[in-house]
Amino acid sequence: MMNKEHLSKKSFPWAHVIGYVGSIVLTVLALWFTVKAPLSQGSIITILLALAILQILIQLIFFMHITESRGPAYHSIAIALGFLFTFAVVAGSLWVMTFNSQVQ
Amino acid sequence: MVEATGSPISNQQSFEHGMEEEEKHILGFWIFLATDLVLFACLFATYLVLRTHTDGGPTEAQLFDIPMFTLETFILLTSSFTCGLAVREMRNGHLGRLMGWLAVTILLGLAFVGIEVNEFLSYSLEGATMQRSAFLSGFFTLVGTHGLHVSLGIVWMISVGIQLMRDRIQPTTARKLFNAGLYWHFLDVVWVMIYTVVYLMGVMK
Repeated sequence: MMNKEHLSKKSFPWAHVIGYVGSIVLTVLALWFTVKAPLSQGSIITILLALAILQILIQLIFFMHITESRGPAYHSIAIALGFLFTFAVVAGSLWVMTFNSQVQ
Repeated sequence: MVEATGSPISNQQSFEHGMEEEEKHILGFWIFLATDLVLFACLFATYLVLRTHTDGGPTEAQLFDIPMFTLETFILLTSSFTCGLAVREMRNGHLGRLMGWLAVTILLGLAFVGIEVNEFLSYSLEGATMQRSAFLSGFFTLVGTHGLHVSLGIVWMISVGIQLMRDRIQPTTARKLFNAGLYWHFLDVVWVMIYTVVYLMGVMK
């Protein structure tokens, strides 16, 4: 039986509060970098994407219980493939479309 | 091994994973989320390719209002938190508290949709409609599809709430609430990408 003690009747939902505070901090940080940070556009975009990935991990781990399963965690493979396809479609489209602007 | 016996909440952890049947429904729902992610991937790719094609019309920086989309983000993040608390109370067997957090989540969801409808209306009144430019077609399709998902999520949570009042916490209703929760957190994941890629990068100098 997986982590049975993990969610016994604790009086305070620490994991949820940590996840929530973390997500708020990341949101504010992303906004600060966008509006105030004296950095080049390229480095701000990199930082924003890194912060977004952390946000997504918070949702998956603290709220969506991605590690929980009765047997093998097949659903983690499914969602990981989903993210892989997402990355391929978005990055691939952007990459291909830059040829268009070079050819013209 | 977890057994669904006469006492429905004999096991606190992974209660909704307790029966093989429920476990399959949860796995199936994760696979649905993976396919939904691919749908949003296509809309994001389209938007990113078209974002500079404004055809002399309004641009991202002219339209997007920082306090407005930041408020939307805070509301959706908070609703994800309260939704997580509802599932937690379900596992602890507190139906009353579960219903309370579920109600808060639904109200926050409604506030989010309300702000978004208001945003879309004010853009339209400024002449920034879906037909104005390729950028705006991409924008309304991507953000509108997410808004539609949120609206559906609200209807879904209301239905699950009604079933919980009728049938109490038992394996089937527990799994339904858990899946509705997964869906709601997933919409937050998609919104984080919209917040970052559409709004923040749109207002960036």
